[in-house]
Amino acid sequence: MRKLLWFLPFFVFLGMGVVLYKQLGTNPEYMPSALIGKPVPDFTLVSLQTNRVEDQSSLPKQAYLINFWATWCPTCEMEHAYLRELAQQGVPIVGIDYKDDSNKAQQWLATKGNPYQLVVTDELGKFGLDMGVTGAPETFVVNSKGIIVYRHQGDLNSTVWQEMKGYLK
Amino acid sequence: MKLMKSFCIMVTLLLSSYAFADTLMTFSSELNQTRFQSLAKELRCPKCQNQDLADSQADIAKDLRIQIHDMIEQGKTDQEIVDYMVARYGDFVLYRPRYSAATAFLWGGPIALLLIGFVAFGWVLLRNKKRRAGKVL
Repeated sequence: MRKLLWFLPFFVFLGMGVVLYKQLGTNPEYMPSALIGKPVPDFTLVSLQTNRVEDQSSLPKQAYLINFWATWCPTCEMEHAYLRELAQQGVPIVGIDYKDDSNKAQQWLATKGNPYQLVVTDELGKFGLDMGVTGAPETFVVNSKGIIVYRHQGDLNSTVWQEMKGYLK
Repeated sequence: MKLMKSFCIMVTLLLSSYAFADTLMTFSSELNQTRFQSLAKELRCPKCQNQDLADSQADIAKDLRIQIHDMIEQGKTDQEIVDYMVARYGDFVLYRPRYSAATAFLWGGPIALLLIGFVAFGWVLLRNKKRRAGKVL
């Protein structure tokens, strides 16, 4: 028993080794969203294309994605083609044009195609704050009950979609 | 000489951006400004690995600084502002973690370790005393 006590530092070392080893390779910038399990916050934002004021009632009734994007964001350009692919598969996507110039955004959609069922402009980024967004692109999954169930920071691609699509129901 | 000149211009430009950021914010009272400064130091920039809101030049940190400013001027309490941030960005933004089951070890751990140290120290002292007493006898 006493001999075992001499090995205590070794056991502590072993324990810490296991804990630290597990952290290797994980993304240190990953931050869980505080909004998981909560409904989409209220908003009144102007639609990019129709100038109509949109709110909660404009959101799709089935499960859908909320995608924060902007024309100033190079990663958004990268994921755009994949968003269109998803839209073609019938995934409803609500776009939030985040802290952007509306004219540029309209042009972007006109030239690159529009994967969004609805696009609203969040010029001041206030809705972005309410959603806990730290930049663009960010994509949220909202289930059919209107609850946010998943958040992804960075571009949406087929690898990310494998994990994400399970939440879309 | 030319290098010196361009260096001076660069430094001036670098510093002016900070000066500009400060002049943009006006507070209705000195107290509000102090509250702003302490809140911006207490809260962590959600996009950065380890920078407070006051230090960070990230876009989101600027937005959050403006949000803090607006909320202070609207008469919100510090607690309300902290709750607002936590509701959106989670406990991550707090430099001083709240006491909860998950952080109990964080808060209690050092005290527990200190107590263990004291107990071990006392135990060793007692044992040595006994041993010495045994030798004398």
